[in-house]
Amino acid sequence: MIVLSTQSARYAGEIPAFERRIIRVSADPHRPTALRLREAFLVTSDIIPDGFGWYIFVNRPVGLVNGPTIELPSAFDYLADGDVLRLTPARNGLRVLFRRNASINSFLLTERCNNYCLMCSQPPRNVNDGWIVDEILEVLPLIDPDVPEIMFSGGEPTLLGDRFFELVQASKSYLPRTALHILSNGRAFADKEFADKLGKIKHHDLMLGIPVYSDLSHVHDYVVQADGAYDETIRGILNLRQSDVPVEIRVVLHKQTVTRLPQLAEFITRNLLFVSHVALMGLEMTGFTKANLDDLWIDPIDYRSELSKTVGILDRARIRTSIYNSQLCLLDRSVWKFAAQSISDWKQEYMPECDGCLVKGRCGGFFSSAHVKYSSHISPILVDDTSHAMG
Amino acid sequence: MSKFSPLEHFEDVLDAGYRLLPFRFIQLEGDDYVVSNMAGEFVVLDRVKLDEFAKCELTPHDPVYSELKAKHFLLDEDSSSAVDLLTVKLRTKFAPLANFTALHMFVTTLRCDHSCPYCQVSRANDDRQEFDMSRETALKSIELAFRSPSPVLKIEFQGGESLLNLDVIRFIIEEVKKRNSHENRDLQFVIATNLALLCDETIELAREHDILISTSLDGPEALHNRNRPRPGNDSYKRTIEGIHRVRRELGRDSVGALMTTTASSLSQSKAIIDEYIAQDFRGIFLRPLSPYGFAIKTKFYQAYDQSKWLDFYFEGLDYIIDLNLKGFAFTEYYAAMVLRKMLTPFQPGYVDLLSPAGTGVAAVVYNYDGDVYASDESRMLAEMGDKTFCIGNVHSNTYEEIFLNDTLLEALESSFAGSVPMCSWCAFEPHCGADPVFHHATQSDFVGKKPLSAFCNRNMSVFKGLIKRMNNNPEIRDIFERWAYM
Repeated sequence: MIVLSTQSARYAGEIPAFERRIIRVSADPHRPTALRLREAFLVTSDIIPDGFGWYIFVNRPVGLVNGPTIELPSAFDYLADGDVLRLTPARNGLRVLFRRNASINSFLLTERCNNYCLMCSQPPRNVNDGWIVDEILEVLPLIDPDVPEIMFSGGEPTLLGDRFFELVQASKSYLPRTALHILSNGRAFADKEFADKLGKIKHHDLMLGIPVYSDLSHVHDYVVQADGAYDETIRGILNLRQSDVPVEIRVVLHKQTVTRLPQLAEFITRNLLFVSHVALMGLEMTGFTKANLDDLWIDPIDYRSELSKTVGILDRARIRTSIYNSQLCLLDRSVWKFAAQSISDWKQEYMPECDGCLVKGRCGGFFSSAHVKYSSHISPILVDDTSHAMG
Repeated sequence: MSKFSPLEHFEDVLDAGYRLLPFRFIQLEGDDYVVSNMAGEFVVLDRVKLDEFAKCELTPHDPVYSELKAKHFLLDEDSSSAVDLLTVKLRTKFAPLANFTALHMFVTTLRCDHSCPYCQVSRANDDRQEFDMSRETALKSIELAFRSPSPVLKIEFQGGESLLNLDVIRFIIEEVKKRNSHENRDLQFVIATNLALLCDETIELAREHDILISTSLDGPEALHNRNRPRPGNDSYKRTIEGIHRVRRELGRDSVGALMTTTASSLSQSKAIIDEYIAQDFRGIFLRPLSPYGFAIKTKFYQAYDQSKWLDFYFEGLDYIIDLNLKGFAFTEYYAAMVLRKMLTPFQPGYVDLLSPAGTGVAAVVYNYDGDVYASDESRMLAEMGDKTFCIGNVHSNTYEEIFLNDTLLEALESSFAGSVPMCSWCAFEPHCGADPVFHHATQSDFVGKKPLSAFCNRNMSVFKGLIKRMNNNPEIRDIFERWAYM
C-alpha cells in the first residue's frame, strides 16, 4: 500500500503566501533554469542545483538550500521525476496527484452522484466540490504526455455538465497520446445531445466504463438504489454507440449480481455486442460495502462456476473480457487467462495464506481493504501446470 | 431506518402486471414450444407456461418471467428500454439490405471438362468458344457491378469450368481494379473451379490479386469420381492435388470446398466428413441438392426424398458435434449460418436464408452471353428452359431496367416471409428465408404452399433439430455459440 497524502509534511524556509499550489517534481539537476522556479527539486544526492521553487527531502536530513524545503517521511520514497503534487503548507499538507510511474493515474472529478450503489467504494457526498475541476485543469498540462493512460472517476463525472466536457477536451488537448478511461453510470447519456457532445470532442482514445448489474431492470435499479436508472443507463450506452464513443461494461460481483451473471452475459451478447470490453470485478471491502455486507457478501468460491460460464459466453461472442480484483486460487483454471492484475499498486496486497504460492507473481491479489473479509478458500497454488494456459 | 431500500421496494411496480411484446410460437416436440421474438431470440416453454405467459398470468417471481423480460417478450411498468433494444436489434438485422448487391457472379464460360450428371448448369463440349464470355460482355457487366452501392464487391468467377476462359478472368480483374482506383470499394475475388486444370498462370494470377479458390469435393475418391466424371476418371486426384497446391502456394485459407449431395452420398455422411477432415478442412457444408438443371432431368432430385436427406444431414451433424465434444473443432456451415441467426444479433448474407429474398439483391449473375440472372439457381432454371428470373441483358438493358425488373420486384415482394401465409406466424420466421426461385421451380408460384414445400420442411426440421440438441446439452450449446460467432 502506497501513501499518497500526508498532514505532516514539514515545510521550512521562506514559504510564499498561498493556500494551495500545484507543482511538478523534477529530479533532473540539469533542468533548464527557466523551468526551475515553478518546479520542486527532489533531492537524491549531494548535488543540489540552484533556482528551483522548492526542494523535497524524503527520509533524509534537510540540507542547506536556496529556497523553501519540504521534508517527507520514508513512505514517500517512491516520489520520482514527473510526479505532480498539491502543496498546502498552512496545514502541513501534501498530496500526490499524479505519479509518473504508476500504471494508471485516477482523478476523482466530483463526490456527487445520482446513484447510491449498495457496494459503493467511494460513498457520494452532496457537496459543492467544483474546485476539484479547477485543480485537475491545472494538473493536466503538467502531466508527461507519454503516460499511456489516465482515468476520470467519481462520484458521477457527468454531473459536472459542461465542465465535464471541458475536462475531456483538456485531456485530449494536453495529452494527445494518452488514453482516457472515464467511469460513469452512463445515465446522463440517455440525453442524445449529451452523448453527441462527448462524441464531437473526438477524443483519440476514450473509453467509458459503465456498470450494468443485471439483465433485469428492477434488480439493477435495486443495486444502484435508483428507480429508472437501468433504462437511462441502457439508453445512454446505445446513444454513446451512435456517437462513436467506445463503451466498457463493468460488473461488480456480489450476491445480488452473481445469480443471473450468465444471463447478463447473454443479454450483453444479444443487445450490446458492440461494447469494447466487459470487466467482471471482485467486491472491494470498503465504503458502503461494509454497511451492506449481509446483502452483498458471497464467497467467490461459491460463484466460481457462474463466473466461468459467464466468461465463456462473452468470449465465444468475441467480446474482450477481463476478471478484475480476483485471486487465481478461487478461479477455474480455464479462466485464468482472463484474470488481470487490476488493483492499483497503492491498494494491492497479499494474505498470509499466499505464502509459497507459485503464481503469486501474476495474481491480482487483494485490495488492502480485504482484511475486513475475504474468501476462506485462499490457498497457495503449489503446482503450476498452467503457464501454457495463460495466453 | 436504513438509507438503503430493499429489493422489494424496486419490485413493487411489477405487481401492476405486464404487456406482451410481439412473439410467435411453434411446437417443438410433445408439450415443448419454441417461442420467439421479433429479433429471433427464443425460449423453449412448456404448454402450461406458454399459456400463462400469453394470458398475462405469470408472476414476477417466476423464473420464466425473468427470462421473458430479459429477452424482450414482455414489458412491465418498471422498464421501457426493451422497445429501444428490440428496435436496434431489428434494425441491425435489416441493415445489410441498404448495401444492396455485394456478390457479383461472372459466368466466364459454360464449357467444362467434367460431365457431372447432376450438374446444375449445362456444360458444353469444351472447345466451343461461343459459350465463352466476351470482353464486351465483361465490360458491360463490370459497369453494372459498380452501380451497386455496396461498399464490398465480391466478384466470383463461375462456369462451366471458369478456368477454361482464364483470359477473360484476368481481363475482368484488371478492369475492375482500374475502375476501383477511384471507386475505392473493398474488393474480393473468388474463382469457382474444379481445379483439374490448375496451371502456373492461374496460381500467379491468384497470388497477384489475392484471389480465393472455391472448389468441389464430393467425398471419398470413389464417390467423388462417380459424381464427377471426366476423361481419365481422375477428378478426385486432380482436385486433391489442386487443393494442396493452392494451400502450399497461396495459403492455407485460400481454398474452400463445397460438396454436392447425391443419392449415393446419403449413406456416406461420415465418410464424406472424414474426407474433409483428412484433407485438412475445418468444416463442411452438408448441402441439399437443388431441383435445377440436370438434376431434375436425370431424376437425381426425385431419387431421394426429403426425409432421407434429413437423416443424412442429422447423422452428419451428430457425428460432427461428437467430434467437437471430444475436443476437435470442426464446423457444419449450414448449421453455423442458422445458429448465427438464432444466437447472435447478426444477419448472415447466405442467399437462401434471407427475407426479403436474396434473389437479385444479395447476389446477381452475369451469364456468358450477357443475360443477367437474379441468382445462380435462376440461371440453372433458364438452362432448363424457364427464363422467368432472367432480369435483363447487359447489352440491351440499363441498371434500372434490370434491378427494377417487374418479375424480380414481384417475386421479392410477394415472397417476403414476414407477410406470407404460414411464414408470417411461424416462430422460425426470423431464422428462415424466402426463396421465390425454388418455389417457382417446384410449385410454379413465388410464394408456394408451405406444407408442400421441401424448403419449408427441410428448414423447419433443421431449426427444431438444432434447438433440441442445444437445449438438451449445455456443451452442445457452447459449441453452437462458437459456430454462430465464426
